Amino acid sequence: MSQRIAVQIDDLTVAYNYKPVLWDIDLEIPEGVLMAIVGPNGAGKSTLIKSILGILNPIAGSVSIYGKPYDQQRKLVAYVPQKGSVDWDFPTTALDVVMMGTYGSLGWIKRPRQKEKKASLEALEKVGMLSFKNRQISQLSGGQQQRIFLARALVQNASIYFMDEPFQGVDASTEIAIINILKALRKAGKTVVVVHHDLQTVPEYFDWVTFLNVKKIATGPVKDIFNDDNLTKTYGINYKVSIQE
Amino acid sequence: MSNAQIEIQIIASLVAIACAIPGTFLVLRKMAMISDAISHSILPGIVIGFFITHDLNSPLLILLAALTGIITVVLVEYIQKTGLVKEDTAIGLVFPILFSIGVIMIAKNANDVHLDIDAVLLGELAFAPFDRLMIAGSDVGPKSMWIIGSILVITITLLIAFFKELKVSTFDAGLASALGFSPVIMHYGLMSVASVTTVGAFDAVGAILVVALMIAPAAAAYLITTDLKKMLLYAICFGVFSAISGYWMAHWLDASIAGSITTMLGLLFLSVYLFAPSKGIIAVMYREKQQRIEVSLLTFLLHLQNHDEIEERHVNHLNEHINWQKVRSKTVLDLALKNNMISIDNKVVSLTEKGKTFTLKAIDYIITNEDSQIEDMKDDFFLFRG
Repeated sequence: MSQRIAVQIDDLTVAYNYKPVLWDIDLEIPEGVLMAIVGPNGAGKSTLIKSILGILNPIAGSVSIYGKPYDQQRKLVAYVPQKGSVDWDFPTTALDVVMMGTYGSLGWIKRPRQKEKKASLEALEKVGMLSFKNRQISQLSGGQQQRIFLARALVQNASIYFMDEPFQGVDASTEIAIINILKALRKAGKTVVVVHHDLQTVPEYFDWVTFLNVKKIATGPVKDIFNDDNLTKTYGINYKVSIQE
Repeated sequence: MSNAQIEIQIIASLVAIACAIPGTFLVLRKMAMISDAISHSILPGIVIGFFITHDLNSPLLILLAALTGIITVVLVEYIQKTGLVKEDTAIGLVFPILFSIGVIMIAKNANDVHLDIDAVLLGELAFAPFDRLMIAGSDVGPKSMWIIGSILVITITLLIAFFKELKVSTFDAGLASALGFSPVIMHYGLMSVASVTTVGAFDAVGAILVVALMIAPAAAAYLITTDLKKMLLYAICFGVFSAISGYWMAHWLDASIAGSITTMLGLLFLSVYLFAPSKGIIAVMYREKQQRIEVSLLTFLLHLQNHDEIEERHVNHLNEHINWQKVRSKTVLDLALKNNMISIDNKVVSLTEKGKTFTLKAIDYIITNEDSQIEDMKDDFFLFRG
């Protein structure tokens, strides 16, 4: 299939305190793929996403979303940060967190109104959390909190979704619910990029994969490149996925 | 009440409201200590401003002092970013130095400067009504009332305009950044408001009370609500309550107004800490006791479900079989009876239909690892809680 390029990354280098955590990354993410980014801890997976979204400033290289810089394409992109990155004791409700997803399209100063509330309620329903809409967020389980984050991304109605470990610390039923939603997004022509830890489920969940360990090791269709060779290059000595075969 | 008394209470209340608003966000951002740093390190700004303007209430002085506040924040962040020391250490390094520069400047120029350390630390609310603002020859009220009033109007305007931006950048800076609401701008915006408010309130209540008025009402409000708007509202109410009751306490004790207001803030926080409906210490202890008994009840019901043998279900054997003290066994037994979960026939305990349904459902939840659902189910089954 000949595809448009959703995200184009050229020569990206990102450093913390002058220590590079991503070296010279070139990466093309085709439109409509459901892609896993895999790699060991400290491989720079979250850093890559944050750099694409302009949360971190790279020391070199560029990122474009459908041919333009991220600044001009914000509304095409939705982001699900790691669940642990926020304070779940914050005084707010599930619905309110989802409504934050609408803030981007509202811009500065304008407040969410009925339309935004309605869209947020629909997103809550899609993730099966409608009955929890007025629940204080600290009263939700880990899986429920992750669903809320997913609903917040859905309400952004974006073309490209970036998710940082959405399966971390969730129960089996939530994992299935989330992957079904991600597959539905791909079916609707969206591009979904997920930082993923569980190598066993890569072939089952994703159709595209990027191996990352400070440098890009490989990227492409799961069926072509998800093999012991690339896993070994990424994770080190003689890594075998034979367990799942 | 005399006019001066009313004016002091109005000023104290305005200061309390102006402090509670940025204070709420500082508490939520876990930056309470930064307000302490700002309140001390603006001193050199005030002194320099005073040398230039010879007027403690000049807008230039307020801006200069607020600028010192921002410099404090920048310095703290700079030191922290080197990675050599942690944030609290950085705060502890920066503000005493700036504060002591201010102290030396006051001491060196004590002869021609009407400014002393006591006033800086504790404020001079009692004298505030003497410094009047005259417009076209007529007296429109104390100067500090107008200053803090103007600051408050600006703060409230900013709060209303940027409420959603403040909320999202406080809760999730990463998302705020991705959505295009720069967390850096929001951060420095909040720091600027906090600095200006601190300077405006400084003259009236001093460096120590400013911190208390920013942090204590917000911390107390945090314990009683799960809604950001209500948290702001409660923080404001707590602040005003402490300001007015503190004033009367000072009046009654013939003591420092600033000290009394701070004492009231402390007492208010203590009582909320003890008596808050769900997060208060007493509520937490009560809930823990309730949960302990209800978990015991469930254990007991599961035991009954698992055993048909008469000897396992005999009242007298309960103690030895599930290894409980007599008191606990009795409490659990009573609770189960009251809720119609069990029936006792000839000293042998059996599950009722209701008890069976409850237990089976609970087992389901335990197996599927959804223990939290048991808590919701209790509302449907329990007539009496543990």
